[in-house]
Amino acid sequence: MALSDTGTARRPIGLEGDAFSRWLSQHSPTLLLGLLLVLLPAAATDFVLDQIVGWTLVLGMIALSLMFLAGYGGMVSLVQMTVAGLAGYSITVLGASSLPSISLFWPWWVAAPLAILIAVAFGTLAGALSARTEGIYTIMITLALASAFFYLTLQNWSIFNGFNGFTSVPAPIFLGVNWKSPVPLYYLILFCAGLSYVAVLYVSRAPFGIALQGARDNPRRMEAIGFNVMAHRIAAYAFAAVIAAVGGILLVWLNNQISPGTAGIQATIDLLVIAVVGGLGHPIGAFIGAFIYVILRTFALDALVAVGLDGRRFQTIIGLGFLVIVLFSPDGVIGIWRRWLARAASSRRGIGR
Amino acid sequence: MATALGDEGTARGARRGDALGRWINHHPLAALSLAVIVIFCLWLILAPWPQGFEDWFGRKRLFINALFNGITLGGLYFLVAAGFTLIFGLMRNVNLAHGSLYLFGGYMGYEAGVWTGSWLLSFVVAFLCCAIVGAAMQILIFRRMEGQDLRQTLVTLGLSIVFADLMVWVWGGNAIQIDTPDYLTGPVPTPIVVALKPSGDAIFLQYPRVRLVIFAAAVLIGIGMWLALHRTRIGMMIRAGVDDRDMLSVLGYRVQLLFVLVFAFGAGLAGMAGIVGGTFQSISLGEDSHFLLASLVVVIVGGMGSIPGAALGALIIGLSEQFGLVYFQNYATVATFVIMVVVLALRPQGLLGRR
Repeated sequence: MALSDTGTARRPIGLEGDAFSRWLSQHSPTLLLGLLLVLLPAAATDFVLDQIVGWTLVLGMIALSLMFLAGYGGMVSLVQMTVAGLAGYSITVLGASSLPSISLFWPWWVAAPLAILIAVAFGTLAGALSARTEGIYTIMITLALASAFFYLTLQNWSIFNGFNGFTSVPAPIFLGVNWKSPVPLYYLILFCAGLSYVAVLYVSRAPFGIALQGARDNPRRMEAIGFNVMAHRIAAYAFAAVIAAVGGILLVWLNNQISPGTAGIQATIDLLVIAVVGGLGHPIGAFIGAFIYVILRTFALDALVAVGLDGRRFQTIIGLGFLVIVLFSPDGVIGIWRRWLARAASSRRGIGR
Repeated sequence: MATALGDEGTARGARRGDALGRWINHHPLAALSLAVIVIFCLWLILAPWPQGFEDWFGRKRLFINALFNGITLGGLYFLVAAGFTLIFGLMRNVNLAHGSLYLFGGYMGYEAGVWTGSWLLSFVVAFLCCAIVGAAMQILIFRRMEGQDLRQTLVTLGLSIVFADLMVWVWGGNAIQIDTPDYLTGPVPTPIVVALKPSGDAIFLQYPRVRLVIFAAAVLIGIGMWLALHRTRIGMMIRAGVDDRDMLSVLGYRVQLLFVLVFAFGAGLAGMAGIVGGTFQSISLGEDSHFLLASLVVVIVGGMGSIPGAALGALIIGLSEQFGLVYFQNYATVATFVIMVVVLALRPQGLLGRR
């Protein structure tokens, strides 16, 4: 697949010699970024914490689950936003909301795992359905499933409360901390996002991830050497669904509401845009894409008006930007970055010679 | 009575010795139940319903209306999905901008109708506009990335985002209704009994003329496409291209020209469907994704790249949507998707698709 030929599988896996310092130098940008994010609440306002960085991390997590399937599995699944939405709806219906006629008000430690379980079951089932067909069919089938869920939430009033959705879905209070307030919520999101990032990196280098990438590149050959390609793909869907489900619950807690638009067709497509713009070659791409998207969404309106254009043409900007990336840098922003690094390195070598 | 007819069918089929007869001989039980179902359906449609049945199932008028609406909606879905499936079958290009072309055709047809005052002329305008856009997409973009399915699909996705936003810019978010021309307005009496008056006289179904005419046109277009595919030289080239694109091009046929023609034709069909949709219902923001979705489901159910499959899928989806709307409002779209999921689980290539 053209979009994902920069997979991480080719990197050296074993660490020899002065392992720790090499690991440190190899990962210094990631570690620096992590440190920055941990220290951020000391400097940033609540708006930046929740609306910019919080949103970036949550959308990044959901995009990460799409990146995992598309980048390592070669399956562009558009159902990941729906998995997140289903988890969000589940925790609203099982837990607390402003609608006592629908919500069951179970404690969070029952509602959250159940919500994740429901969403993962759905994600796995959707995966099992679409993994039966090859390649480009996946997009069609998952897009149809995602739209089905959107129209269901729009039409159904008995469970999903139709067009209105739910408001006042608070994050719970546990361990003596009110997770609704900005800083604790930020750390909760940061923890989950960091964990899922590391998990995806780990799985991509574990035997399962390597086999999945093998199935992406040559399913027939993998089948011939004894791998059950179908099972690997469905397991990948299940793993991705866990990340998307956690992201969906955090999205509801962050947003304090959920409505059909949360997992609507537009949101589904935006998620694909995020993942592709960031780049499907490395897990960090999902977060980079989410950051660009959130920045654009937050500031593009004002910026467009400032240069004398109609602020409502935000979607055109998103669409054109997406087209430019797909047409000129199919491996996303990461690809641009990598090519730039390679060019810098080669020109340095040229000077040295 | 049903049994007798079923047996008779078996005997006749066997005497003729054709494929149907052989099938009936091999599956007598299936054939019998199929005959019973067909007869039951005919009874449902033609006979006035007894009071007890109406009490349990609902009024017959509702049922017949849902049936007719479903079939005519199926005609509209076929117009949209036929181009989609043709483009996919030949070029392996999942054109996610197909819904945008539908919407664009609807708007252009509306403008043309306002300018010229002719409903029929607006079809020509919509077809030409969308065909030009489609051909431009194929020549300017997709030709450069042949064989890269995913990238092409992503490009169509980006285009659909931009198109949707530009159309909101030009035509706003309000729904636009295309007026039915005078000679097609009003109902047509049909020979189907809806109910009985207390006096015992039958009340016959009145159905909008425009919907029946458009359905007939969709059927004609479908038959025309089938004939063009199976009886003409270009059709032969298209079918050969669906099976093996590279071989066709090696044999010296101008595959690129074929691609442009098929893309333009498929886009033009979607544009004409936009006018039909604007006459049946209305065209507005969001209809693009609705019809994109409808064509996705239709071709998934019917089978990718197959015109008869698109017709069958469109009929099934149209009917299930309309019956869902009448009999279980809360879950209307779910019925459609249950059908899709069942088809995918049992026959991943679609009902009439080939592997």
